[in-house]
Amino acid sequence: MSMQISYTLNGRKLTDEVDPVQPLTEYLREKGCFSVKRGCETSNCGLCTVLVDGRPVLSCATLTARINGKTVETLEGLQDAAAEIGAYLADEGAEQCGFCSPGLIMNIIAMTRELDHPTEAEIKAYLAGNLCRCTGYVSQLRAIQKYLAEKERA
Amino acid sequence: MKHNYVGTGVRKSDAHALTTGQPVYTDDIAPANCLIVKVLRSPHAHALIREINTDIAKKVPGIACVLTYQDVPQHRFTMAGQTYPEPSPYDRLILDRRVRFVGDAVAIVAGETAAAVDRALRLIKVQYDVLEPILDFHKAKDNAILVHPEEDWEAKCPVGADNKRNLCASGEESAGDIEAVLASCDVVLTRTYHTKANQQTPMETFRTATYLDTYGRLNIISSTQVPFHVRRILSIALGIPKSRVRVMKPRLGGGFGAKQTVVTEVYPAIVTMKTGRPAKIIYTREESMIASSPRHEMEVTVRIGAMQDGTIRGIDLYTLSNTGAFGEHGPTTVGLSGHKPIPLYSGNQEAFRFRYDVVYTNVMSAGAYRGYGATQGIFAVESIVNELADALGCDPIDLRMQNMVREGMVMPAYYGETANACALDRCVQRVREMIGWDEKIKPRVLPNGHIRAVGMGMAMQGSAISNVDVGAVIIRLSDDGTYNMLLGCTDMGTGCDTILAQMAADCLDCRMEDIAVYASDTDTAPYDSGSYASATTYVTGMACVRACEELRGKIIRQGAKMLGLDESAVEFDGARVFALAEEGRAVSLSDIAYSGQCGCSDVLSATVSHSSPVSPPPFMAGAAEVDVDPETGHVELVDYVAAVDCGTPINPHLARVQTEGGIVQGIGMALYEDIVYAADGTNLSNSFMQYKIPSRLDIGTVRVEFESSYEPTGPFGAKSIGEVVINTPSPAIADAVARATGVRVRTLPITAEKIVRGMMEQGK
Amino acid sequence: MFTTQNYVVASSLDEAYELNQKPKSTVLGGCGWLKMGRRMMSTAIDLSALELDQITEHDGYFSLGAMVTLRQVETDPRLAAYFGDCIAESVRHIVGVQFRGCATIGGSIWGRFGFSDPLTLFLALGAEVVLHKGGTVALSDFVHMPYDRDILVEVRLPKRGQQAAYVTHRVTATDFPVLAVAACRTAGQMVCAVGARPQRAELVRRAPDETAEAFADRCADTLTFSTNLRGSAAYRAHLCRVLVRRAANALEEE
Repeated sequence: MSMQISYTLNGRKLTDEVDPVQPLTEYLREKGCFSVKRGCETSNCGLCTVLVDGRPVLSCATLTARINGKTVETLEGLQDAAAEIGAYLADEGAEQCGFCSPGLIMNIIAMTRELDHPTEAEIKAYLAGNLCRCTGYVSQLRAIQKYLAEKERA
Repeated sequence: MKHNYVGTGVRKSDAHALTTGQPVYTDDIAPANCLIVKVLRSPHAHALIREINTDIAKKVPGIACVLTYQDVPQHRFTMAGQTYPEPSPYDRLILDRRVRFVGDAVAIVAGETAAAVDRALRLIKVQYDVLEPILDFHKAKDNAILVHPEEDWEAKCPVGADNKRNLCASGEESAGDIEAVLASCDVVLTRTYHTKANQQTPMETFRTATYLDTYGRLNIISSTQVPFHVRRILSIALGIPKSRVRVMKPRLGGGFGAKQTVVTEVYPAIVTMKTGRPAKIIYTREESMIASSPRHEMEVTVRIGAMQDGTIRGIDLYTLSNTGAFGEHGPTTVGLSGHKPIPLYSGNQEAFRFRYDVVYTNVMSAGAYRGYGATQGIFAVESIVNELADALGCDPIDLRMQNMVREGMVMPAYYGETANACALDRCVQRVREMIGWDEKIKPRVLPNGHIRAVGMGMAMQGSAISNVDVGAVIIRLSDDGTYNMLLGCTDMGTGCDTILAQMAADCLDCRMEDIAVYASDTDTAPYDSGSYASATTYVTGMACVRACEELRGKIIRQGAKMLGLDESAVEFDGARVFALAEEGRAVSLSDIAYSGQCGCSDVLSATVSHSSPVSPPPFMAGAAEVDVDPETGHVELVDYVAAVDCGTPINPHLARVQTEGGIVQGIGMALYEDIVYAADGTNLSNSFMQYKIPSRLDIGTVRVEFESSYEPTGPFGAKSIGEVVINTPSPAIADAVARATGVRVRTLPITAEKIVRGMMEQGK
Repeated sequence: MFTTQNYVVASSLDEAYELNQKPKSTVLGGCGWLKMGRRMMSTAIDLSALELDQITEHDGYFSLGAMVTLRQVETDPRLAAYFGDCIAESVRHIVGVQFRGCATIGGSIWGRFGFSDPLTLFLALGAEVVLHKGGTVALSDFVHMPYDRDILVEVRLPKRGQQAAYVTHRVTATDFPVLAVAACRTAGQMVCAVGARPQRAELVRRAPDETAEAFADRCADTLTFSTNLRGSAAYRAHLCRVLVRRAANALEEE
């Protein structure tokens, strides 16, 4: 079974024949978006976070059919922001194994678009769906706060 | 150019690739045309396969092979990534007729697509003779039901194993007369503590890709901490020469010991050997939860004897460890449950005894998890010392200051090693200040009825396995005066590729960018036992320092030759070799490098292998402040502080993140994590939905400081950091909860329900 | 993951309803739950094109289309202004913003899951569901109806001046609740919904002049509780006493 969809991937308009119920995670990896990782099957880890029409969603819980007519952004299309935020993480050693970094950075990008001057509590709440097993989160918080402070200064 | 990279928090060399989502992990670089490999798993905890019919499954379009126990080599091996001969018994086949836990492998299916494989898996017909399982590890020893009755079961090392008694290991060691010492103590406490199996849950699940190369050799790309052990184990399991196997480790999405066991490698490997085709297996999170290598469940009974004045004179410890269906890391983890906690109290120790049994049961095999038995033993000993402080009516920190191991002391329970570098006393004092211990030692009731209290614990670990672990480095001068450094250790996110370059750059007086690090590939790297046992910084780091020294010597020799001078008349400053007597008379490193490539028979490279006769312990202290809702039992962790003595922190940022990350894993173990089995042996903790690791909302603040010592046998004075950091949260949080509520939770995790039940029993 | 022979983005509710009459058809919500199963469907029915993703305010009620995400519910300023913090409180613990950006209110309510946070609160608020064929049904009735082949079109939150409080106990912050309690006072009458027992939420009406403690004890003594990984039946009953009292007291303090 296949279905034709048209959508925008990282700024490129695409039309494609897809399996409508393929999880978007696997579809995007087949499209070469290797930043999109899968860490579970139960929607708990946040590794697969992408932006659909600007909003953060779990690509593992999104059917490929449902991106029809929509705009999808992955880290492949947000390399400048990734490098900028990534540098703050790296300065704290907060990327560690890096496997959760793309999903986390996607959600940090979503957070900065949605929230003005988030407090520490708001940052933690917004990013609560991004699990990390290496860092214990505190270095990530330091990095994010420094990044946000610098963004505000600029 | 003098550089001082060591001691600075430089970025990890791979940080940009990782944070921008580059394809650097196993599944990102696996060949595109891989067969998809999946495993059919047993629904029974204990059964014999009576009949297995794969005819229909094999006919599914796109299926390349279906393998059962009839198709695999019939010699047993262990999946434990340990130095040969492994202490873990040879108790596995790739597929066995006897299945020993719910989730044990029954058949291997490989096909062109996941859908075809899934279909074939459903069409394999298996008839089982279902057997009674052993699910309670208290009942395993000498039970009539045997997990491994097979005659070809083999323990390669004398670890007190006996498959006809369900014993994976057993033993006893002691110093002094423990019974006499305890009999003459004012106070003797006996308590039993129970730690549960926990999952490491690296965010990248277990995964391996395999293919045959130009020479028909089996090439393996795997998310592993132990490439050289993988090579040996697969050679044994598949019955092919080691020269036919090559193992490569790309970036790892975390390990924590989980990937010190060869969990997935055999499956695609045998498919590639049978079909000649590339193959890969990507474990689901569910498989990683039910058929992997979690922490050994242990029940630790401690007797501690002290005098009224606080002198702790003796510790007697018995550990019962549950290795599950197979013996991976069973004989070795249990050792640490005694060897790490007992020496913490070397101060006035007159005697100790340590006994243990490691038993087989019909649950998933345990394995290596950060802390490796020390975590379990330290929860027990640190908890009983906190209980002893209560019994003696003294401050738990004062009690520790009176009895702890200090620099220069011999540790009888730690192989008689001397603590040459030990800042434990400073760590404890620092933690006392950081948490505000003296003001908070008395619990406070807040206006909302919640109770705040503090608790603490100490810990030590080792730095590598003494006289066993091998770290090695090849460093060679390249064309233009830069270097290639080849490593056999495995950066799993920890940053060892970076910190070893920091060390090398300082040793060679060059920029870090001038050192190209490559790790790890068994074809090109020098033999390294792998990254586990807190070994890499300490052992491979020392190999790095020694290799750089050796290469410096060769550079100086070659430079002196080019200058027509004696070696003693020149010096090397990182950029050039120059005459000591005449600064201007010099030859550049670049020219030396090129000269080494032209008519030169002295290769400008060094290969150094290093092993250590000692395993210097890192030390730390941790303290927790909790906020307990006495009505619901809910524990909010307000603050966690720690001071760590890892010797010299080579990269303070990475050492800090190791510590923070280890503490939060320890918090998970203390408060949330538990692998729970149903009455029939089904693993209920089979996902991130049912097995809850901490999110960033489940921890309070975590604050870490370093109290450094200088370890004379380590590179730049370093010891280790990776494991010691997971050990303090359980005893510290349990103690804080006990102080707040009067309820001592001795079986982890410390749940709200246990606290409420305890308070009700006390009539509160 | 589920499989399906057909995938239809329905162009009308009638079409969706017709397709759904076949026994192996399934209406898709956010798919967070469905994707974890291995259901084999003949037709997967997608309601995405029916503009059911809006929260609208009407004279007597708020309308939440079936495809409204939990994140929309959490962040809608009109719901917050009318009902206060309880709305956000009932969803903010659910996994993470990305999950809540996928999960739909229609899927959550249709599923009538025992662990459901929104079901518990909405029950206490006196919500109604609008079914394509069945029309408007009180949620308190809907929770007891068998799963049938109708289609949930919208959820209505009536505007009756409710004051509500939502309290839960969880093992970890983003886990399912061990017990969930919503208390709601409407024109002097208080009800309490107790969910995650771990069965579906049930409503209990507070008697006139009943103290918060007595009400809480009655809830704990009359409702049924059972045991799962997150807690025992006895502990849930204990939590019920504590949380119902707290929720009731929270409303009295307002």
